[in-house]
Amino acid sequence: MRIQTSEDLDSIRKKGLQKIQPGGIRIGVGTSSCGIAVGGMALYNLLDEIIQTKNLDISLVKTGCIGFCKEEPIVSVSIPGKALVLLRKVKPDDVERIISLALHGDVPSDRVLCTISDWDHITGNLVYGNEFDTFPEYGEIPFFAHQKKVILRDSGLINPEDIDEYIGIGGYFAAYKALTSMKPDAIIDEVKRSGLRGRGGAGFPAGLKWEITKKAPGEEKFIVCNADEGDPGAYMNRNEMESDPHMLLEGMLIGAYAMGVSEGLIYIRAEYPLAIERLMVALDQARTYGLLGKNIFNTGFDFDIRIATGAGAFVCGESTALAASIEGKTGRPRLRPPRLTEKGVFGKPTDLNNVETWCNVPVIIAKGALWYSSIGAKGNTGTKVFSLVGKVDNIGMVEVPLGTSLHSIIYDIGNGGALGKEVKAVQTGGPSGGCIPVRLFDTPVDFESLNQVGTMMGSGGLVVMDEDTNMVDIARYFINFASGESCGKCVPCREGLKHMLLILNRIVAGKGTRQDIELLRELAETVQKTSLCGLGQTAPNPVLTTMQYFKEEYDDLISPEA
Amino acid sequence: MDEKRLDEIIEKYSYPAGRTLGVLREIQIQERHIPIDTLKLVSEKLDLPLSELFALVTFYSFFSLKPVGEHLITVCMGTPCHVKGAEKILETLEEHLGLSGEVQDGKYLQTTPDNKFTVEIARCFGACSMAPVLHVDGELYGYVTPERIPDILEMYGWKR
Repeated sequence: MRIQTSEDLDSIRKKGLQKIQPGGIRIGVGTSSCGIAVGGMALYNLLDEIIQTKNLDISLVKTGCIGFCKEEPIVSVSIPGKALVLLRKVKPDDVERIISLALHGDVPSDRVLCTISDWDHITGNLVYGNEFDTFPEYGEIPFFAHQKKVILRDSGLINPEDIDEYIGIGGYFAAYKALTSMKPDAIIDEVKRSGLRGRGGAGFPAGLKWEITKKAPGEEKFIVCNADEGDPGAYMNRNEMESDPHMLLEGMLIGAYAMGVSEGLIYIRAEYPLAIERLMVALDQARTYGLLGKNIFNTGFDFDIRIATGAGAFVCGESTALAASIEGKTGRPRLRPPRLTEKGVFGKPTDLNNVETWCNVPVIIAKGALWYSSIGAKGNTGTKVFSLVGKVDNIGMVEVPLGTSLHSIIYDIGNGGALGKEVKAVQTGGPSGGCIPVRLFDTPVDFESLNQVGTMMGSGGLVVMDEDTNMVDIARYFINFASGESCGKCVPCREGLKHMLLILNRIVAGKGTRQDIELLRELAETVQKTSLCGLGQTAPNPVLTTMQYFKEEYDDLISPEA
Repeated sequence: MDEKRLDEIIEKYSYPAGRTLGVLREIQIQERHIPIDTLKLVSEKLDLPLSELFALVTFYSFFSLKPVGEHLITVCMGTPCHVKGAEKILETLEEHLGLSGEVQDGKYLQTTPDNKFTVEIARCFGACSMAPVLHVDGELYGYVTPERIPDILEMYGWKR
């Protein structure tokens, strides 16, 4: 059926809610890429087999990821009237027990991570129940307690392959509101007032970019979602797309209407097969409901989204390289201006936003700019999703208001170093970012503060390093990465990084001299100042920050006679 | 790749944005490399110079012109994997499979003489929570240790 009226949307909402809370037992298995890799799909298949053969009245679904990667595979059990229970580190041997206990209104207590008695999906609220109060509540688990879930509000709780569930908790209502009751300019204004800044790393005001694209002369325009998440150590976007793909599609739909654009593209890396698959499913379902295609919500507005895959080139995160790649060319950046908003994909004005930026849009429209801007800090509103990885105890996907300190993320949520080791630094911003030492962990995580300490927000990878990590080796690692990913167009990046790598190799091998360190610094500054695009301009950051904060580690590697 | 299958792939990509890389991606996935003859066919069918396509398959790391062995092992070299010992994982693989670790044409791709295993590296799978990670034929293995490598290899017919 096509959804045209608010009644249509309401009826699907009821249907979706019925799926999430079917009035019987519902078991959800976390099956995003990481869940699958630790056996999530095997658990799903086992559960399915038992339910089928015994013909049990249990609804079994695949869910996305709730973010506590360390505890995967996570299975959720919902028994009518009782709190939703999250089970941790579930093994195939537990499956029979989970089912038989559930049929008796119980759960395997030794596997319980926590319970959820009610959940605020922000666009809708779900009440489960209060029983199982001997187990810890969701908010009592430190990993969860210090987070604020806005973008990840549905992740791990709904079935990402079923549009009904997304609508069931209020999905696509913001799009309905926008398309049927708001003027395009009012939407842009709302996004501007929300203070939303680009989540890809640069932090450009999203509403302003929309306005510029809208005003750009030309009939044919594109909106593009950058899902090429190339930073090593970052997987927020993968998770967002695997766990809640419709949030992205709804955000793009609202943006397209606001900018008056009818063609949308998602540029996604080929290394994310499951995210591509789930997006394809989501696109098909949205088209079936008429949420993409012609005459959406009977408003006369047409819009569709297509997928363009990348092929493993870090530089394609740069906007002009990304546009070239979509056109089927090698991803080599060109000089800006003209910016993409003027001359983008196939020379047409193009608005490019990151996955997470788009995901912020539905909630801004649903709850309003005022509500949104009350989260986070002044000039840095809203939340940001981070992948907290490396040598930290609680590894996972975390979402916090912008302005939260690194200390809070790494110690309150992450519980400090893994295996009782001392944390030494955190690396933010991927190959373009820098390493921040523990003594600066009071730094609030916002776009400006991170720049001030020599690094950047980037897309959201936080790689924790401990006492065993050699910071010079980390600098070398990133220069090796950037040098390999340099497109080769401009000399400072192509040659400069190569020579920085040679020097770093010498230093790490214990053959470096004092002169090498000076030369390395000089080269780093030259590459930073003279490269054509962001890749080269930021590639020296890991070297400069480690030289600034961990100079003694460089000195230790220089032999005295040198 | 036979022409009929290629036509089926190309048919799916009628829309110009993302077409060329999309077609090449599907060839790479199905054939596990890009055969040069197929590339020539693509050149004819999409009406693109072969030189341009050659530039693409050598620029983007997802593509490879060289065929791979029976089983393809991809070791992730992302930052979290690096700090958790990915290099040691790669070395251990090289040791067990008798590979030299040399990089040719700027690309790390090595096949055992019996054509059983090919080892390549990737910049990041985005499976960072389980670092260090590797793929074998698309199957993801997390929390890999050098000690676990022989067990993993044995599952694919390798003998100690």
